[in-house]
Amino acid sequence: MWAQEVAFWIIAVAMAGAAIGVVRSSNVVHAALFLVVVFAGSAAQYILLLAEFVAWVQVLIYIGAIVVLFLFGIMLTRAPMREESGKLDNNQRLASGVVALFLFGVLTMFLVDAFHGDDVKFKDSLVTMGSTANIGNSIFHDYVIPFEVVSMLLLAALVGAVALARRD
Amino acid sequence: MPLNYFLVLAAFLFCTGAYGVMARRNAVLVLMSIELMLNAVNLNLVAFSTHLQNVSGQVFALFVITIAAAEVGIGLAIVLLIYRNLRSPDLDQVEQLKG
Repeated sequence: MWAQEVAFWIIAVAMAGAAIGVVRSSNVVHAALFLVVVFAGSAAQYILLLAEFVAWVQVLIYIGAIVVLFLFGIMLTRAPMREESGKLDNNQRLASGVVALFLFGVLTMFLVDAFHGDDVKFKDSLVTMGSTANIGNSIFHDYVIPFEVVSMLLLAALVGAVALARRD
Repeated sequence: MPLNYFLVLAAFLFCTGAYGVMARRNAVLVLMSIELMLNAVNLNLVAFSTHLQNVSGQVFALFVITIAAAEVGIGLAIVLLIYRNLRSPDLDQVEQLKG
């Protein structure tokens, strides 16, 4: 059990540092690369939580597709690749920091209050629960209608993105 | 392993994303901060799925990942449109509706 806790803390510290890097970096490309670290850390946490399929979907879609989209966005908007401190942030940094810290404090207080005795117990049955076969069964038995709705949403997003971005 | 470890980590990621949304001026960086917040939600869903030994949380995490992908596609198209019209990706230049 302690090996899992050590792994959790190593990944969690890396994720927290990279998350701060995303919002504080003065270089847009570095922020995108920090985002990769956060997503990879999340995938590692899913593996720790025995959610194997979600972890690989996270790697494929977030790291493989979304970060590449971000890099395209950075290049197409010709964001400054050099370090330019102050240009990427507005002048609400202090107020935003106070709000974010307050939110974190309140959330942590309530979470610790509500779930302080709960333990995640890792059992062998959880490995089969997170497997591709079981998730496929769940999607196509219990969640068929949401699945179809999501496919319609993706189609609408595709058409919308083309309609928005094309040049007339 | 305490459930709270995962929940507090997710809360931290969410608040960092919220800070980014409020403090960043560049539109692409705001979208990245929104992704951080969505990722925190996914971590919560998967942690509760393992804790409650119910697969629904993981299925919902998959739906959230799909919707995040669609949202980034549309979001970057809008950012591109803003850049094309205003010659700048900064969100505080978007003030046409200001009286």
